[in-house]
This record gives sequence, structure tokens and C-alpha cells, in this order.
Amino acid sequence: MLTLYGQSFTSRLLLGTAQYPSPETLKRAVEASRAEIVTVSLRRESARARTGQGFWSLIEELGAKVLPNTAGCHTAKEAIATAKMARELFGTNWVKLEVIANDDTLQPDLFGLVEAAQTLSAEGFDVLPYTTEDLSAAERLVAAGCAVLMPWAAPIGSARGLINKDALKTLRAYFPDIPLIIDAGLGTPSHAAEAMEMGYDAVLLNTAIAKAGAPAQMAEAFAKAVEAGRLAFEAGLIEPRDMASPSTPVAGTPFFKIDHAS
Amino acid sequence: MQVLLNGEPFATEAVTLAELCASLGFADAKIATAVNGSFVAAASRGSTPLAPADEIEIVAPRQGG
Repeated sequence: MLTLYGQSFTSRLLLGTAQYPSPETLKRAVEASRAEIVTVSLRRESARARTGQGFWSLIEELGAKVLPNTAGCHTAKEAIATAKMARELFGTNWVKLEVIANDDTLQPDLFGLVEAAQTLSAEGFDVLPYTTEDLSAAERLVAAGCAVLMPWAAPIGSARGLINKDALKTLRAYFPDIPLIIDAGLGTPSHAAEAMEMGYDAVLLNTAIAKAGAPAQMAEAFAKAVEAGRLAFEAGLIEPRDMASPSTPVAGTPFFKIDHAS
Repeated sequence: MQVLLNGEPFATEAVTLAELCASLGFADAKIATAVNGSFVAAASRGSTPLAPADEIEIVAPRQGG
């Protein structure tokens, strides 16, 4: 079971709702992924198009827990105001906190992130910060009140997988009791499986599924990979070694002779 | 009076934020609001007066990652 801020979930895959070719595809992908938590955003609503009103009906149909993000915010102030709007609109204290430093890398602004996390935690939010693998930032986020951390694997939408495995390993070892969710940068089911094998508690995906040729099928593939990776982690992986080690018993090998000459 | 609504210049007769929302057909809509960078709760819209050049954000649920 995955437990985040006192709520338990069977699925360890969190899914984004953006970039799908159609609302129907999004619905089928969420079902196939078996995700119990979906991320959403807030955007300006036009009086004429009223786009958000229709989208809200779709989200309600999914029946998943909604995790609003503060995507696109570049300062703590913007992120705090956005989180408050999201709390009222979606009726949840949960927020995927994003404070973006750079539009090319979509790298988190760790200073703004910590500042916003402090304020929001103090105001009763359950903050799930989108952060980097940086250990000192993680420590400050935990000190700020975050009981979950979401380090990136690689830049959002880049599909490059875990590009700094050493640091992610350190982070996992350093925070054995804090749920750690890999958020952003995963491209393939094997990337997700690898994160889970390393002991990460869950993964958050969007582009890799939404932009796949067949999103629902890819969602199923990721669901299986996440499950396989978690099972493997719980089973206890063997340590890699430099030299070969025969798996077949050596004792009783036919034609075996001791070389007396040597 | 001229305000900035969702980043665009907008002329309105509304005296409060609640009146502005109603005039846009958002009275019962799934929206959230902010004025000049600060969140304004739904319950406070009626008591939030608007002034010329106020920067008003009206947002709604949207796809997100």
C-alpha cells in the first residue's frame, strides 16, 4: 500500500491528464493505468469557451483523487495564490507544488519551492513538491513540512529516464520513511520499473503515456512495469558482481577431472 | 471602469468581484478568483470591491501534468 498524507492507495502510478488526443483517450488511459491519483491544473477561464466547466465533468467521471498542480508558476507568491485557488476549486488540501526556475529545462526553483512549501504547509496544505534530486533541498522541504517528496528523473517531457541514479539512490537511502515519488522525465516502462526497483514509492507520469501511439495500451504497460518493479524491490534484489558465478551446481559435473599437473 | 481580466483589458460596470463574475455568466460556474495576485475566496467575492486597473484572474479546472 502507498500511503500519502494519511491516505492509502493500491496503485503506485500517478497520472497526468494533459496532452491526450481526446477526452475519451484520457479516460481510457486512466482506466488502463489503474491510477488512483490524477494531476490537474488551473487555467484562465474564458466566458465564451467555458473550457474548464466541461473538463471538470470529465474529471469527476474518472473517480480518481485529484492532485492540483501549480504548473507555470515562477515565484512562490504565484504558486501560493494558485494553490489557494486550487484548494477551493477542487476541495482538496493536496497540492503538487511547482515553482519553475527555467522555461527550457523546467527545472524547479528550489529557493522559491522551499519558501512556498513553508507557507502552504503552515496554512494546512499537504504539499507534494516537484523538486530535483538535490539532498539539501530535500532536507529543507521536509523541514518546511513536506511529508512527501517528488524528485524529477529528468526534465519534464524529456523521456530520458533516471539521469542521476547515484543522487536518487542517496536520496532514497537518506529518507527511508518519506514517500518518494519520481515525477517527470520518464519515457519508457523500463524507466518506471527501474525507479521502483530502487525503492521509490511511486511514479508520476504524463507525456510518456499521453503522447504514445496508443495511450491506453502504454498506460497498461506502465502499470505492469510499476507493479513488477515494486514486487522486485520487495522481493530483494541481488547485488551485482564483477565476475561470473555459476548458477548450475558445480559438484557432480560429468567428466570433471582435477588437473593434477598443476 | 477598465480592469485587466485574465491578462486582457476589460471594461466593466461591476462594483464587486461577485458582480463581475455574474456578468460573465460565472455565478454558478466552477471557478476560482484572484485580485492583484492574491486569492479571493468565493465567499469574499461580494465584499471585494473592484478598482480601475485591478488585475483579476478567473480560473477553472484544466488538464495538467
